[in-house]
Amino acid sequence: MPVNTEAIGKEYPSVTYEVGSEKIREYADAVGETGDVHRDREAAEAAGFRDVVAPPMFVVVYSSKALAPAILDPEVGINFATMVHGGQEFVWGEPVCSGDTITTTAKVTDISEKDGKGFYVFESTSTNQDGDEVVRATWTNIVRGV
Amino acid sequence: MADLNAGDSIPEVKVTPDKYLPHRYAGASGDFNPIHIDNDFATMVGLPRNILHGLYSMAQVARAQTEAAGGDPRSLRRLKVQFRGMGVPEEEIVVTGTVRERDGDTVIVDTEATQAGNGIIRNAEAEIELR
Repeated sequence: MPVNTEAIGKEYPSVTYEVGSEKIREYADAVGETGDVHRDREAAEAAGFRDVVAPPMFVVVYSSKALAPAILDPEVGINFATMVHGGQEFVWGEPVCSGDTITTTAKVTDISEKDGKGFYVFESTSTNQDGDEVVRATWTNIVRGV
Repeated sequence: MADLNAGDSIPEVKVTPDKYLPHRYAGASGDFNPIHIDNDFATMVGLPRNILHGLYSMAQVARAQTEAAGGDPRSLRRLKVQFRGMGVPEEEIVVTGTVRERDGDTVIVDTEATQAGNGIIRNAEAEIELR
């Protein structure tokens, strides 16, 4: 069964996330980021940040809710039983700090098929309250046996 | 400031996620997919056991880059990875990397993460800004 490419270009409603210092600490603890700048406001300010700063991979916390409707969209048609997260790219901009409000918008950038596998590529862009881009992300899901 | 030049290895990052790490990461990240936190569910769908979140493993690759650059979270500008194989709890993850090229203060690193010699993140490319 060929993949349905009609959803290419489709955009989804943006999702807003308010960043808090305790969430940054919880995330930093879970992934083993031990730096003071992720926990202590004075240390973060001394290093030139507005407030406690998130590790780069904190992007998953504020952007996944914007991706979910795209990945779950019946028009995209992903078969979850055989889906794997195939690849990921993040390009970082302004650092994300406690007190920031991050808005993320997701879209479908490509759907293709090769060797019986479906490749579903999504892009998301996140900006802060000043309109500065904080991350641009490319999410690739692979589905076997399309 | 860290000095990284073409051909240099970045310092290895080694970490052994404990049995409950996927639960803590699920809470921290918001990804509660049962293949990561429910051993019975994972084996029922044909996995050897509950598996690590790919983005947790990617976070270890990211950490190796910022640590190599001296610890500033702003130094990691870009990271691209492919998820291959499955990471599991209670097995040491080793992140290695080699500087491919350097242009001014911008460094490109070829990097990967393995468990017991098996690649769980392969063909990863990081761009670091030394600052």
